[in-house]
Amino acid sequence: MTRQPQIALLADGRRLHLQDGPIDLILEAKGREADVRAAYAAAARRFTGLLDELCAELPGLRKAADPVHCPLQGVVARRMHAAVKPFAADCFITPMAAVAGSVAEEVLGAMLAAAPLDRAYVNNGGDIALHLGRGERFTVALMDRLDRYGVMQTMVIDARDPARGIATSGRHGRSFSLGIADAVTVLARTASQADAAATIIANAVDLPGHPAVLRCAADSLQPDSDLGPRLVTREVGALSPAEIAAALDGGAVCARHWLGAGLIEAAALRLSGETIIVGTKDVQRHSNVLHELAVA
Amino acid sequence: MSHRSARNGFAGFEMVTETIAATDKIRCDACPVMCYIKPGAAGACDRYANHDGKLVRVDPHIILERTVEHGGQLVPFQATGDWDGKIVHQPETFVTAIGAGTTYPDYKPAPFIVSSEVDGVDMVTVVTEGIFSYCGVKVKIDTDRYLGPEQATVRAQGEAVGHVTTSEYGSQMLSLGGVHHLTGGSKKEGRITCDALMDLSNCKAVELTIDGGATVIVQAGQPPVVNRVREERMRVGCGSATIGMFAKQWHGKVDEVVVVDDHITGVLSEHQAGKLLDIADTGIKMKGRRSTPGRYFQVADPGTGWGGTNISDPLAILGPFDPKEARPGLTILMVSTTGEHACYYVLDEALRPVETAMPAALQQSVERIQENCEPALCTVLFMAGAGGSLRAGVTDNPVRLTRSVKDALTRVTSGGAPVYVWPGGGITFMVDVTQMPAGAFGYVPTPALVAPIEFTLKLSDYAALGGHMDYVRPLSSLKDSADIRPIPWGAKPGRHA
Repeated sequence: MTRQPQIALLADGRRLHLQDGPIDLILEAKGREADVRAAYAAAARRFTGLLDELCAELPGLRKAADPVHCPLQGVVARRMHAAVKPFAADCFITPMAAVAGSVAEEVLGAMLAAAPLDRAYVNNGGDIALHLGRGERFTVALMDRLDRYGVMQTMVIDARDPARGIATSGRHGRSFSLGIADAVTVLARTASQADAAATIIANAVDLPGHPAVLRCAADSLQPDSDLGPRLVTREVGALSPAEIAAALDGGAVCARHWLGAGLIEAAALRLSGETIIVGTKDVQRHSNVLHELAVA
Repeated sequence: MSHRSARNGFAGFEMVTETIAATDKIRCDACPVMCYIKPGAAGACDRYANHDGKLVRVDPHIILERTVEHGGQLVPFQATGDWDGKIVHQPETFVTAIGAGTTYPDYKPAPFIVSSEVDGVDMVTVVTEGIFSYCGVKVKIDTDRYLGPEQATVRAQGEAVGHVTTSEYGSQMLSLGGVHHLTGGSKKEGRITCDALMDLSNCKAVELTIDGGATVIVQAGQPPVVNRVREERMRVGCGSATIGMFAKQWHGKVDEVVVVDDHITGVLSEHQAGKLLDIADTGIKMKGRRSTPGRYFQVADPGTGWGGTNISDPLAILGPFDPKEARPGLTILMVSTTGEHACYYVLDEALRPVETAMPAALQQSVERIQENCEPALCTVLFMAGAGGSLRAGVTDNPVRLTRSVKDALTRVTSGGAPVYVWPGGGITFMVDVTQMPAGAFGYVPTPALVAPIEFTLKLSDYAALGGHMDYVRPLSSLKDSADIRPIPWGAKPGRHA
């Protein structure tokens, strides 16, 4: 095989970076040294060839998900389908909406199968699969902007919480959004579930037909986009406070629905500097914590 | 093809109809996703893009930030550590923080989870990210033309992006960007400032208007266009200096020479250079304020006419000739500091100057002034400060990196280009953007600029300052990797081309 994934420890010596094609993973495990080493080796093994598995079924992964039947074969592909299936009856969604979270979950699973770990995460470009042993906790920070005027909000997930997946979707990402949210961050029981739900909720933050929102056909930007000719958001101009509130409310209604259905644990919806939190998760606000990071 | 020609190609690149290839989408075979990529777009990975129908590697700036944050290096899972400890200086193997160092200018970074730990936070979800909020460009515009008063606001698309600062010899200076315009004003001001900085840094043309002054199109490595007139050359010196340089060549060919200059207008017969050649007094009367003999300040107001003044008729700066000294038939050359404007006069019986065809010998001297004027250029220096976390990515003890840079043990470069590190605290550096690979700059919507920075030092010094020694990766291990792309660094491609 000529194409090998890039596998490297980051400069802190603790985190492992895995990259292949469009997949970038950063992972870290906490535990006994030999266990961490075994987990990293397992992650590297599982990651090698994973993209080829997915690509073998790419045409199927790019089609609208069937709300009942799963035609896919691969374990990651089937996980992607399972994550989007609950939404497929009501709207257009393809398994690709859950690819990042599903890959993160798969690699975390390989690590946990190889060795006992106190704590671990696999971060796939913002979609994160978590493992928390007893007494362990994990702090997630959401930044509205990364400079001295930025406000950071933190959410702590501890081992007693059901959430083990975190995902963010919005119009700034690599993938396209049908909505106008800057970012929707979702906590769910699994990373794949969080990924799919974040996509759906970000799509629901919208102002259809608003003149300040510039949209393009997805396939005019990426000819093989799974979204085909659907209009995706390119630019969002100035919005009034009432318009921002209305768009966020639309997303919040959607988020509450899936919270009630048990598919998500919490969501933070962000648009033009405003944030709405859905769910019971405690959120703390900090100012300027990352100032140093921002000006570096 | 050099990098610079790739960059110059972007004017055509944006008008995709130029070549057949540029209208075609291409299939990327870098990984099994096999994306179809439209001209000007990147594939799903944001690592490969279609540039004029060719597949080029474009490491996303987000990866750049990740590597920058960790000291511009990714370290191997299994380090072999056979580096001999010498400073890496071979041009063909210098590893830049731009990753692949490629040519795609309009990349818009994705939101990203910063995986660094800060104040007990394991992970940070961001909508926007930034590297250099404290950054800007210093623009040197080689022209005597009046661009606007010192301290005047400089605008792009109507938004304040900087100001006119103290001028330099033969050049007007602008200071643009900085944290005040990037994040201290309205959102629009920040966005437009960021766009202007990025375009200037990526050697693209930007139109700037100066309050109470001119409109100037600035592009690094190109002549400025002032009020729609392309500037050709910068002045050889001030009016007085020009007299000094050319007095001997004028001696015996003309009775009087006035070199018109907004700063110091020179008069040959009164000037020390003329006195040394025993040039006789001519009875000329200059307007303006006399400084020392033959040197006059403020002969007119600043402007875009002769020698950076506002005059179009050079006689406007002369008073009547003194009949005690002047005589009919006296010859006078009036010329601007760049030789772009020149007139020849002969005094009539009433001692009034009458414009006359210029003798060939004097025409030659005017051409000599032109020849000695360097081409007028805009030069853009990017200036920024490396903050604490960036330094922490390089070493456990960030201040030691700063000290090491000050002690010249560590060489700082930006996209492989040499930088000047400002003395004093921190690591504040300046770099000539024309020396950097094309498309080296990106932005994040914070707004802030994303720029590469590398630190190069001896392995032993790196160890001494608390470097991450276990993760040093031998250069040879990069050679066969798809991550690197050789840049003809020593050749300085397209420098002022």
